[in-house]
Amino acid sequence: MWFEQFLFFVGAIGALAGALGVVMLRNPFYSVLALVGHLIALALLFLLLHAEFLAAGQVVVYAGAVMVLYLFVVAYIGGSDEPLVPESGAVARLGPLFAAAIGIELCIAFIASGLKALDSQGADVPPNFGSPGGVGELMLTDFLVAFEAASYLLLVAAVGAVVLARRRRGLEEEGPAVGPRPPREGEAPRPQEPIGTNADETMEVRV
Amino acid sequence: MDIVWFLVLSAFIFVIGAAGVLTRRNPLVVLLCLELMLNAGNLALISFSRMHGDESGQMFALIVMVIAACEVVIGLGIIVAMYRNRLPIDVDEMSELRG
Repeated sequence: MWFEQFLFFVGAIGALAGALGVVMLRNPFYSVLALVGHLIALALLFLLLHAEFLAAGQVVVYAGAVMVLYLFVVAYIGGSDEPLVPESGAVARLGPLFAAAIGIELCIAFIASGLKALDSQGADVPPNFGSPGGVGELMLTDFLVAFEAASYLLLVAAVGAVVLARRRRGLEEEGPAVGPRPPREGEAPRPQEPIGTNADETMEVRV
Repeated sequence: MDIVWFLVLSAFIFVIGAAGVLTRRNPLVVLLCLELMLNAGNLALISFSRMHGDESGQMFALIVMVIAACEVVIGLGIIVAMYRNRLPIDVDEMSELRG
């Protein structure tokens, strides 16, 4: 029993430290690395909750694939340091207060809850609880519609990403000016340049 | 470990993510903080799944992971498009869609 508690505190401290690192570190590159640590610590917690399949998926898909995508984009854009405390903006100043209010409210809801099962170890579970077999059977029986919808969503997201991030010919032909420069202080966003030279290249992305 | 420990931890992670979304200005970091909030939700879902001894909560968490992957792909695509069009990489200055 003490070993389980030890593992919980290791995972909890790792997850909290990773989360704080994501928010507090100034360089986005280090933020991504902190998130990788956070995800691995969360996978340990998932194992403690008998969710073996999800823990493996978390490490392989999340900490592996998705974070590599993040790292590529950060390396491409060139993450620059930014000041942690923005100069102005009511949202930025009141944000931590708002978050602390949510946190206090959630803790009150959990701790003062009348749900007796919250203070227990949970229900007795069979030894194959959370195994790939159990989750897969549930996926293809009770949650078949959600499974298919998720697969369509992934397909649409992949096509959308290709459309959004496609290299456009109009920008490529500019020669040495193609390397984007950092925006200057107080500069208004430039109007969109005419991109695309033929009919199928004129899809513009308004952001 | 009692289930409530996991739930309180997930509340803390969610709060840290929410504070990051509200205060950071780099859209990459905002996306990372959204991931934190989604993961906090996942942890709560799996805790409740363990509490009830029902695997359905794990399926919910799996679907949330799929949604998070889609969100990452589209969000990073938009950031790359912003970079290509030489817009500033700053959420405060991206005010074109403001009503």
